[in-house]
Amino acid sequence: MHDGDDHSRTFQPDHDRGPATPYEVLEVAIRSILIEKGILTPEEISNRINEFDTRSPALGAKVVARAWTDPDFKKRLLADTRAALDELGIEIGEIAEFKTVENTAEIHNMIVCTLCSCYPKALLGFPPAWYKSLAYRSRTVREPRAVLKEFGTYIPDSMDVRVHDSTADLRYIVLPMQPAGTEGWDEVQLAKIISRDSMIGTAVVKAPSTV
Amino acid sequence: MNRETSLPPQFNVGQRVLVDDRKSVGHCRTPAFVRGRVGVIAEVLGAFRNPEKLAYHRPGLPAQVLYAVRFRQHELWPAYEGTKTDELDIDIYANWLTPAAAI
Repeated sequence: MHDGDDHSRTFQPDHDRGPATPYEVLEVAIRSILIEKGILTPEEISNRINEFDTRSPALGAKVVARAWTDPDFKKRLLADTRAALDELGIEIGEIAEFKTVENTAEIHNMIVCTLCSCYPKALLGFPPAWYKSLAYRSRTVREPRAVLKEFGTYIPDSMDVRVHDSTADLRYIVLPMQPAGTEGWDEVQLAKIISRDSMIGTAVVKAPSTV
Repeated sequence: MNRETSLPPQFNVGQRVLVDDRKSVGHCRTPAFVRGRVGVIAEVLGAFRNPEKLAYHRPGLPAQVLYAVRFRQHELWPAYEGTKTDELDIDIYANWLTPAAAI
């Protein structure tokens, strides 16, 4: 392998290899014009990217863990998600409103946006690629139980599946059910088992198996 | 969002509503698969600027009341596999809804 020092093939290709796509060119052009005309500064763009990067499913998990351990907070979260998040110092911005839907022993909630890919970014960060896929968007509204099974999530027929098509300026987040066996856990312990998918509704939270 | 300059809610929770089946012109947020279908108001979600105007840099006022309209899955999809009471909630703006006859 080391004969001839052949380092011409690198394991990791450079991100900027190859010509820019038309959309990349368009993005650079618009960004340059906005900066040139003084509408945005490079610092504002950088700050916004940094702000987005602070949002991840860990934030949503923190909110769910609080709701599980504080019944009054849970009531406030379900009644007025914006105000409840504000209590935790989580700002959701002015573009969209937020709504929390609660899973119960009777109803399993699941979120989709059939029109594009509306997603509770302020609580979960950027959506996974499958959330934006045509398959997820088109199938979730007409065969949610089949989609759930592909995620390994089996909802018994004793429960209803309620799909929310997030078509407007209202972002949904699912408040999953707290799994049996986690009673008495503190928020930090609970937050660790709360997955992104459980807050989209494609999964349920399970207590770690006791080995 | 501007809640001050919004139209009052026209529908109540539990009321049956028909989703208009007009063709989309420009930007709208009503999925084609529920146009012409009857659902039930599940919740009054508040007033939101009209996305059909916002998309063209208009203020979108007066704000439209947004409703969660609930459909029975087995009514929407004849071959639906699931319970008879599985539901699909879709957020639909008031300007797409008219009262439907009670059953």
